[in-house]
This record gives sequence, structure tokens and C-alpha cells, in this order.
Amino acid sequence: MIVFDRVTKRYPNGREALSNVSFDVHNGEMVFLTGRSGAGKSTVLKLIALLERPSRGTVVVNGKNTRTLKARHIAAFRRRIGVVFQDHKLLADRPVFDNVALPLAVAATPLKEIDKRVRAALDQVGLLGKERALPLELSVGEQQRVGIARAVVSKPPLLIADEPTGNLDPDLSREVMRLFRRFQDVGVTVVVATHDLHLVHEFGQRVIELENGRLHGGSPDSLPSVVATR
Amino acid sequence: MSLAVGSARHLQTLLGSAGRLARSPVATFSTLLVIALALAAPASLHLLVTNAQAATGSFANAIELSVYFKTDVPLAKARQLAAAAQQRPEVAAVQLISADQGLADFRQYSGFGAALGALKQNPLPHVLHVRPKPQASSSAALDALRRYFGAWPEVDLVQVDSQWVERFNAILELLRRGLLIATALLALGVLAVVGNTIRLEIAGRRAEIEVTKLVGGSNSFVRRPFLYTGLLYGLLGALLAWAIIAASLTVLGDAVASLARLYGSQYQLRGPTPREIGILLAAGAALGWLGAWISAARHLRSIEPRA
Repeated sequence: MIVFDRVTKRYPNGREALSNVSFDVHNGEMVFLTGRSGAGKSTVLKLIALLERPSRGTVVVNGKNTRTLKARHIAAFRRRIGVVFQDHKLLADRPVFDNVALPLAVAATPLKEIDKRVRAALDQVGLLGKERALPLELSVGEQQRVGIARAVVSKPPLLIADEPTGNLDPDLSREVMRLFRRFQDVGVTVVVATHDLHLVHEFGQRVIELENGRLHGGSPDSLPSVVATR
Repeated sequence: MSLAVGSARHLQTLLGSAGRLARSPVATFSTLLVIALALAAPASLHLLVTNAQAATGSFANAIELSVYFKTDVPLAKARQLAAAAQQRPEVAAVQLISADQGLADFRQYSGFGAALGALKQNPLPHVLHVRPKPQASSSAALDALRRYFGAWPEVDLVQVDSQWVERFNAILELLRRGLLIATALLALGVLAVVGNTIRLEIAGRRAEIEVTKLVGGSNSFVRRPFLYTGLLYGLLGALLAWAIIAASLTVLGDAVASLARLYGSQYQLRGPTPREIGILLAAGAALGWLGAWISAARHLRSIEPRA
């Protein structure tokens, strides 16, 4: 599903955010991406969502090499990835329904189908009945769940989340993680970047730990003992 | 995407763009007014030129060639030649003034009656007044007609008072070229106004564009609402331009009619034809679309999602 092969990412300002990082994530796997702020978690997610291209090395996602993918194919590539953000990036002037429907609208889904799928996605995150609400009328936890509904509404095979619990209390965080696990149960590959180690331990999934732009321990073959492999 | 779904989606986008325009009526109206003035200016100039042309068409009745025969041409021959002139396709009417009639007229109108009585013989030639058809009233056609009659062996002299027609046509030609330049410049103006408006709107909807691209919106999907906004600006601007022109014509119509009456003419100001209105609306819509397209192509590319 995801292959990072000796990936280095250097930003135009010269900062090397990732150095020679290799790992892969299998189909249907759920993986935690951990490390301190600035360790390179966000860069990994950006490389997966093709918001950035690698400076060296290869990133393959959903069978596509992001380094060689032509610009006109990027939109279709992103439609197969659901993205959840810490600040959820909802459109404040649009009701919940429109926010969730956006990935379907860009894929030219028939309106009837959109209606059905948006309701199904909102039902999955427990927000059925909030379609007409504006994002700011919802609680922070509810807003995050709207963001998750938007990420999964088009049933992408891959779901990535950048600190999805960053603004949530422990109970809400656990609830969000359980949601992600439920998507994994139905075959979705899930990558969650987080620095919440309690949660990571509690859910016991495989962990990819980054430190200063490198895999902790140098290579995936020599992962430290805290990294549990499922 | 089926055709029905596709057009439903386009309609939805169009309505969305219209709704956005309606939400800020003052800003929208001032933009529309600028576009309308830029479109109304060349359109009115065009009407001015076509009206002036139509007006000269009615003056064409006043253009005449005077064909003077040599004095030794007998009246019978003159009649024969008058009939021949009448056969020319570019000739509308021919009037033969015989030497006797000419003298009688002269005696009556000149006040030299007594002096003329002293003449032993009539010094005047037979004269042919030839009125060309309106389509043969251009200076070139008049010149050709003058040379044609001048080549007749019986003809002494052909006179055309066409100088004022030439001057007038030269002024019209100048106006027509000015119209071309004004149209080109003002079309650029419409592009700039729409482009700038779209640029501001793109800046204001940056977050939305980023998120849309992030969830897989293609460039054409992101661009579409802006193109519709541009199209609406152009089309509504053209409608407003039409309204401005119609109002001006109403105000001017009476004044033009009374001026024409002073010249003994039935001339009436001509408004835009349905075809001209169609061209105005189509040009407005096309310019709006194009302005939006240029602006969107320039500014949307720079907006890429950041995580």
C-alpha cells in the first residue's frame, strides 16, 4: 500500500526533514507514526498525500510512484486517500453536509448517491442529523468527526491522519482512535501520526518512530523494543 | 459522468456562482456597471456610425449629376439619350430639361427677363438631370457614372457636387476605425475588470480551494465556479449596457426626430437590431469567461494545499 524506499526530503530552505527513510505499510494495516514535533511525521504524511515530492528515494502509494506521477493525475491520486487534520480544515461557511460531500462532488458522483453516502458517513461517526449545522456550531470533538466523515465518505483504500487527537481530551481521543480501528476492520489502511504515546500503547498497533528525520534505530530491521509489531 | 448528471452539476455550479454574486449586491453592481459602460461605449459608437450611414442614405436623394449636351445636339437626339440613360442599372431617375424650358425657367427665376429677350437665339444646351440609386451614391460610383456620361460624344460637360459626400464618407470611415480601436481597448478593459474581480474572489476563497484540491478536486473542477462567475459578470454587464443604450436612445429619439423635421426628413434614430443585441450579449459573456479563465489560470496554480 505504502512503500518508502530510502526517502530524503529537503525543503527549499535547506532543512532536511527526512533522511534516508525506508518502511512499508501493508494493505489493511493500521500504523502509528510517532516522534517529537519536527521529527518528520508531517513530512511523511505530505509525501504520502503528494503535497510534497521526495528529494531522493521513492515513495509508492496505491501502486503509484509519487515522484513520477504527472501533475494532471494528482487529483485522481488524492481521491484515493482520505486525510484527517488536527485542525480538521472544515469550511466554516458551509454546512456539515456540504463539507462531507466535497470529496464526492469533486469526483462527479451523482447527487442521489452523494446524499446516501454522506448520510452513511455521518452515521458512522455518530453525527447523523447534524447535516445542516455549520461547523462552528459543533463541539471540537464533533468537528473532528466531521473531518473524519469527509475523509472516509468516498471510501478510499487509504486513510491518513495528522495528530487527529491533538485538540481532544483523552476520552474523545480514544473514541476517535476506535473509529479509525473500525475503518481498519473493514479493510482500510490507516496511518495515524501522533505523539500521544499512551494512546499508542493502549491500541497496540505497529509503530514507526521518527527521530530527527530518521527512523528510530536507523532501519526498520533494528526497531527498538518499544516498537511493537503486530 | 453522464450528460444529464453533468449538466445538472453545471447548473448547480452556475446557481452557486449567481448566489455568490447576489450575496454582495453593491460590490457586484459596481463591477457590473464598469463592465456595462465599457461595453456600452463601443456599442453606442457603432449605433452612431450606422445611424449616420442611414442618414446619408436618405441624403442620397439629393445627389444629382448634371449632364450638359453640346449646343448643336438636337432635342430628338437628347430625348433618345435620356431614354438610354434611364436604362442604366445604377440610375434611379432621369429628367431632361430642354434648352427652351431651361431658358423659360431662367427667364422666370433670374429676373433677367427683358435682357434675355434681346438674345437672337437660345444659348442654353439641353440638360439631363440624372439621379443615381442610393447604392450607387458612393463617391467612386458617382465618379464612374460621371466618366461614363462624359464619354458620350454628344456631351459637353458633366457636373457632380459630390465633394461633401466624400468628406462625409471620410468622416464615417474615421469613426469606423476609431470604433475598432475603442472596441479593442474597452474589450481589454472588460478582461481586466473581470480578471481582477476573479483574482480577489480566488484570494477570498483560498481555504476552500486548498481543501478542494486536497480531497482530489482537479484544476478544472476548482476553476469551474470562477468561470461561471466571469460568464455571469460579462452577460449581466452586457444586459446592463443594453439597458443604458436603450435609455439613451429614448432620451435622444425625440430630439433627433425634431432635428430631422427641420431638414424636412422623416429620419428616425435606429436602435440596435436583435442581431446586434445578440452580438453584444455574446461578446459580454465571452469576454467575462475569458477574463475569468486568464485570471483563474494565473492564480489558481499558485494555490496548493498545505498540511
